[in-house]
Amino acid sequence: MLARAVTHALVGLEPRRVDVEAHVRDGLPGFAIVGLADKACQEARERVRSGIAAAELSFPQGRITVNLAPAELRKEGSGFDLPIALAVLAASEQLPRAALARSAAVGELALDGRLRRVGGVLAVAEGARRLGLERLLCPAESAREAALAGVAAIPVRHLAEAVAYLRGELDPDPPPEPPAPAPEEAAADLAEVRGQERARRALELAAAGGHNLLLAGPPGTGKTMLARRLPGILPPLDGEAALEVTRIHSVAGLVDGEQPLVVRPPFRAPHHSASTAAIVGGGPRLGPGEASLAHRGVLLLDELAEFQRPALEALRQPLEDGFVSVARAAGRVVFPARFQLIATMNLCPCGGRGDPAAECSCSPQRLARYRDKLSRALIDRFDLVVALPRARADELAAAPGEASSLVRQRVVAARQLLAERAPPRDAAADELLRRAADRLHLSGRGYARVGRVARTIAALAGADGVRPEHLAEALAYRSPEELGP
Amino acid sequence: MNELALALFASETGTHLVRPPTGGRWREFLRRFDEQRELARLAAGGFRFVGRGEPEFPALLRSIHDPPPGLFVRGDAEPDLLARSAVAIVGARACSGYGASVARSLGRDLAAAGLVVVSGLARGIDGEAHRGALEAGGPTVAVLGCGIDRDYPAAHAELARRVAAVGLVVSEYAPGVEPAPWRFPARNRIVAGLCAATVVVEARERSGALITADLALEEGREVFAVPGEITSSLSSGTNTLLKLGASPLTGAPDVLSSFGIEPEPPAAADVSPAAASLLELVRMSPAGADALARQSGLDAGEVARALVELELGGLVVAAEGLYRPLAT
Repeated sequence: MLARAVTHALVGLEPRRVDVEAHVRDGLPGFAIVGLADKACQEARERVRSGIAAAELSFPQGRITVNLAPAELRKEGSGFDLPIALAVLAASEQLPRAALARSAAVGELALDGRLRRVGGVLAVAEGARRLGLERLLCPAESAREAALAGVAAIPVRHLAEAVAYLRGELDPDPPPEPPAPAPEEAAADLAEVRGQERARRALELAAAGGHNLLLAGPPGTGKTMLARRLPGILPPLDGEAALEVTRIHSVAGLVDGEQPLVVRPPFRAPHHSASTAAIVGGGPRLGPGEASLAHRGVLLLDELAEFQRPALEALRQPLEDGFVSVARAAGRVVFPARFQLIATMNLCPCGGRGDPAAECSCSPQRLARYRDKLSRALIDRFDLVVALPRARADELAAAPGEASSLVRQRVVAARQLLAERAPPRDAAADELLRRAADRLHLSGRGYARVGRVARTIAALAGADGVRPEHLAEALAYRSPEELGP
Repeated sequence: MNELALALFASETGTHLVRPPTGGRWREFLRRFDEQRELARLAAGGFRFVGRGEPEFPALLRSIHDPPPGLFVRGDAEPDLLARSAVAIVGARACSGYGASVARSLGRDLAAAGLVVVSGLARGIDGEAHRGALEAGGPTVAVLGCGIDRDYPAAHAELARRVAAVGLVVSEYAPGVEPAPWRFPARNRIVAGLCAATVVVEARERSGALITADLALEEGREVFAVPGEITSSLSSGTNTLLKLGASPLTGAPDVLSSFGIEPEPPAAADVSPAAASLLELVRMSPAGADALARQSGLDAGEVARALVELELGGLVVAAEGLYRPLAT
């Protein structure tokens, strides 16, 4: 007997239809899975065998062949357990084949027959919707996530439940309620930062204009503390963006079953020992990297100059194009990666530079090596550079700053203004920019960056044009010569 | 005596020669030496040679006790640039933000007043002095401690190109000579020898810049030292020089008056009231933007605008987050 179930394999974020064909015939008992299945997928044999037994169904006697078609596509992971089990049961006439052909299925089986959630359910659900399938059987914990794609998600807790449902013996649970709006999480608040007016201002500009920001200064000046407060002043993600981010996070297995939709801009802070594959994606399973997980959110590179140079250079493509294209023997995939980069660094390896109380003990060669790690091309991607000198004692006693929620209101207003109509630059501002470019040796890129930041400053001020005072302030955040090679 | 032959022989053998040696090796070298071929080879590389006996060779340098046989030169300026009134600005490679800004503004002001700024193209103070002079559009001379065809340090290749475009890069070493530690003190005697005055901006104890100052003193040239904090090891060398009798330098006019140049009275800064108040604060003590905001009561945006105004006006300079006044 032959039966077929439908599921999807993921190539990057793209769902590809996979037909799970099961064939049972007389012969020596055996169970083979063919169709370029990886190790986790091959191990489905043991889980399916014991899951079927646990559901008090009979595992067919005879020779079972499961084929995952198309055979040239690599299948990875444990999400094929449920469709394989269902196809085997249908092939042994324990459930109606017609019902199975109208549903997609995804999920990992436990040895006791229960279902475990897997990554990428949202993308699988979108594939099912595109194929016009009526419903998707998925682990109960993933049902809300699948429902985001607009398919009828059937929450399944146990293999026996899926079988009963397909046999028509059991009504499905009501479709999961749409998730309640996420409660405002107690993120790190800007009110906790004392002093640091310039860095706070730069943070606000970065949020309003989507600019990349570099904070440089001696250790202990609050660079990381400030950087971690950027997500708190960004506006929430709107519908399409939220779905996009959720899809990526789902593939990485990061979504919350209760609140699957990611509505806050994501914040990723990989450690500086991270490999190139960890940052931009790839690896044997071609998964998304930190740059993609930070899509439409913030990527924080703490201690920028400690990162491996290849990892930093690999970030130049997503910073320019907004996506990462990873080519491997296993194929080529594209992950979206339009993130905002925020980085911190010391001014020298010993950390003494910029601190009036300490003396830098770095040799010129050591200093040059440290700064050479950052190519001009990478430094050029930062629209805003702020050098933080060490705060004095009286600064630490300053009153707490403005709360994140207040700053966010201004950011939202400025973003709206920028989206509607970018303020044009007036002639006096043009003249100032030309003079500054000459006097301060601005590069062509630097020139464009100052112009962009000035536009954001004007928008934050609610002005209808970029005036000289806006441009003058933008010049204060240009990258200083000492960070040059 | 053929000075080019002597210079090439000294470079080839790695010896410090003032007069032709006696010995078979030198005679053998002379026998093989073909002046036309060597000159053609230099010209092909874009280099010239100014021998000690030629009228273009700077008289001040000729008068030191061990002048080089001649100088290899590259750059677009005429070699008589070397004979003009020149001042050396030297100091530590690992300098502080304070030292860098002083060197830069001194280089600028002295070049603007018509002096030729001479230094060693090294990182730190040397490089800043060259940059300051270039900012003022004045010619500047870089003296190398390696072959004239080398850019050392490599990071200053672009700076060397800019120096050569308006001034000169000179060396007593023929093309192909590698930089070596013992060649830098030898280079310093040329830096000091070219100049009537030497300014040491920042130097630790036992710094190469102090060698330059010693050589200048030996030749009876004027030596200036920029006073620094008594607690900073970067100023210990300059403060020692002051103790030994070097002239303290508190601004470009100190140097100019030793050359008999009447310094122009500083033009009153024409800046906005906010910028003027910040300038006053910065002149009391270098400060970051945040400290200035608190002291002045202006908000972060206003402070940023006023500081850029002062920077564009050449009145303050920012380094590592601290704003400092430029010496007037």
